[in-house]
Amino acid sequence: MENIIDYLKAERSQEWRNEIRKSMKTKERTSKVRASMPEADPDVRNKSNVEVNTGLDKDIAILEAQRCIDCPTPTCIDGCPVGIYIPKFIKKIEVGDFLAAASVLKETNGLPAVCGRVCPQEKQCEASCFYTLKLNKPPVAIGYLERFAADYERNSGKATVPEVAGSSKVKVAVVGSGPAGLAASGDLAKLGYDVTVFEALHEIGGVLKYGIPEFRLPNDIVDFEIENLRKMGVKFRNNFLVGKTASFEDLKADGFEAFFVGSGAGLPRFMNIPGENYNGIFSSNEYLTRVNLMNAAKPEFDTPVISGKNVAVIGGGNTAMDSVRTAKRLGAKRAMIIYRRSEEEMPARIEEVKHAKEEGIEFMNLHNPLEYYADETGRVKSAKIQKMKLGEPDASGRRRPIPIEGSEFVIDVDTVVVSVGVSPNPIVPASLPKLEITDWGTIVVDKDTMQSSTMPEIFAGGDIVRGGATVILAMGDGRKAAAGMHKYIQEKTKAN
Amino acid sequence: MSKILEKEFFSENVAKIDLYAPEIAKSRKPGHFVIIKIGDKGERVPLTIASSDNEKGTITLVVQKVGVTSAKLLKLEVGDEVTDVVGPLGKATHIEKVGTVLCAGGGVGVAPLMPIVEGFKKAGNRVITVLAARTKELVILEEQMRRYSDEVIIMTDDGTYGRQGLVTQGMEEVIKREKVDMSVIIGPAIMMKFGALTTKKYNIKTYVSLNTIMVDGTGMCGACRVSVGGKTRFVCVDGPEFDAHQVDFEQMMMRMGAYKDQEYAAYQKYLGTLETVA
Repeated sequence: MENIIDYLKAERSQEWRNEIRKSMKTKERTSKVRASMPEADPDVRNKSNVEVNTGLDKDIAILEAQRCIDCPTPTCIDGCPVGIYIPKFIKKIEVGDFLAAASVLKETNGLPAVCGRVCPQEKQCEASCFYTLKLNKPPVAIGYLERFAADYERNSGKATVPEVAGSSKVKVAVVGSGPAGLAASGDLAKLGYDVTVFEALHEIGGVLKYGIPEFRLPNDIVDFEIENLRKMGVKFRNNFLVGKTASFEDLKADGFEAFFVGSGAGLPRFMNIPGENYNGIFSSNEYLTRVNLMNAAKPEFDTPVISGKNVAVIGGGNTAMDSVRTAKRLGAKRAMIIYRRSEEEMPARIEEVKHAKEEGIEFMNLHNPLEYYADETGRVKSAKIQKMKLGEPDASGRRRPIPIEGSEFVIDVDTVVVSVGVSPNPIVPASLPKLEITDWGTIVVDKDTMQSSTMPEIFAGGDIVRGGATVILAMGDGRKAAAGMHKYIQEKTKAN
Repeated sequence: MSKILEKEFFSENVAKIDLYAPEIAKSRKPGHFVIIKIGDKGERVPLTIASSDNEKGTITLVVQKVGVTSAKLLKLEVGDEVTDVVGPLGKATHIEKVGTVLCAGGGVGVAPLMPIVEGFKKAGNRVITVLAARTKELVILEEQMRRYSDEVIIMTDDGTYGRQGLVTQGMEEVIKREKVDMSVIIGPAIMMKFGALTTKKYNIKTYVSLNTIMVDGTGMCGACRVSVGGKTRFVCVDGPEFDAHQVDFEQMMMRMGAYKDQEYAAYQKYLGTLETVA
């Protein structure tokens, strides 16, 4: 950590940084109002796939960048799981050198356009911004600025590829091409490794492709970032399930010296209530995969999807919001969230809840389904719902939902999306009997190096370790693991 | 991309296809399946592997034309590529020496049964196989089955080949005649349901291989879920083979019909596009 602090100090005392800092009084900076994100009209966007947030323009981005006072000890960086040099990139925006700002992002983050869109900045960097901590004012819009710089670079046609260290012949494998795997592969490529990413699906990108909808994260943005990794020499193998298509032993025999497992939490949970297997009841993974990955809503694609009139989405997380807003876009008359706690306890980002409300999503908070009923063909037609109230806080710190006896009622639903969480995907752990896993099926790793406790050549991160987290935490794990793998391989080489 | 190296029609709507997929050919075991997708706009569809040839690097699939994807697959010629093939998926069949194994296959279900028959025979079991089909020309892989079975009984609905009658009649005849220690049944859902009822009467441990609707095939989506012993299980990662006496076949058949209307409409539309081309 010492050298990072020194690095930040040295960067901050560069001539251009001193100059820009002095160009405006701190008081003037802190008196500016935080930029707001321009959005597509709710009545237009809820019928199409246009992106909801449309991004800042140059002038607004510069004004927002001026709000950053370029703190001597930037606390915002501590809030970033991938450690972006935040003040440095923001000051590059302030001076109008947007391409340089994008380069700063890419020093530590391979997917800035993705993170600028889907990171919960309000819980990360912006939560530890000086404005939040000391001034009690809205933080610098770090996320909006990150997106601005990344988008500017992509649209400029002048995107640069990060430098890679002279190519090494050491082969490393990355299992899964979601955010954890992509972050790990970018760092491993920079360190000069011969990196192959193995993906079970036919598309590269993992949850960024199958899970997060187009209106929140357009696929071509994900593809652009993947293309960058390709230019850095990363190889991608789709339709390849490590542990099945080939075993870890097979890959070791092929010369792979270390593995990063970022296989995700791809096993949806259901509530195990009566009628949950009726037709028209999906996991959010299935519903979103059909629409996002398989393009089921477009008639020229073969995959079907049921687009209901009365759609209930069970759950209060970001995936639930993605599902319910997707249902609205597929033409639902009523698209509703059924959540057993109140809005205050909702794990979804405030921005997503706000967008959902603007788009006409109904919220049945403090409600919980008990049973589903079907028509004679087996298609769900209604649900029995119970009202809930809040009790004492539980282990998660949130107030526990308590059923109100006798409050049950029945509502018409023809589609239900169950979005109550996911469990770790069992395929990798099942193929490695020596791998230590928890009772929940997550892989046990060292929290700094992300190395398996029982198999030194295996590293892991993201949801397969955390059980269900965010894109940015997965990416942070991927970066830590890349460093851990580098250390492991260097030590092994030295020992030989 | 996987190239089609061989293709042979067994009947008008059923063909055997050998795909070049060397890694899958090397890793697969009896009971495993693959997911295929044809073209950028195709659907992901599960197909059980019938056999493989490690030297040629091929896997063999037996496909019946039932909808858009199978029709597209059967239209591909030798030398054409299947866009996406991933596998082997699912749990392999647990093969051991148990004594006498009664294997029953219906329709194209005979194809995935083939490696299982072979496996049990090689493990030292007595294997009796019942092959069932609507009519003579739909009886497939008889010769291969005879190679690894101590006895093959053929049942056709219309009596044009073997004996006239249902698969369950052939099975019951064997069960009444000699001690059967285990049974494996693969075929259409309705056939597996009645086959399971037959062996249940005689308390014979029985496995079925389920071919439900799937999207990813790796545990991610839950489209394939079935009730087994009152618990929801995923066919793709917990199966595809389950204890036949615990499977809720009614629910499974209901779930397999979830997209019946869309599938029918899509197939009609697909046939329409073929006519326009012709």
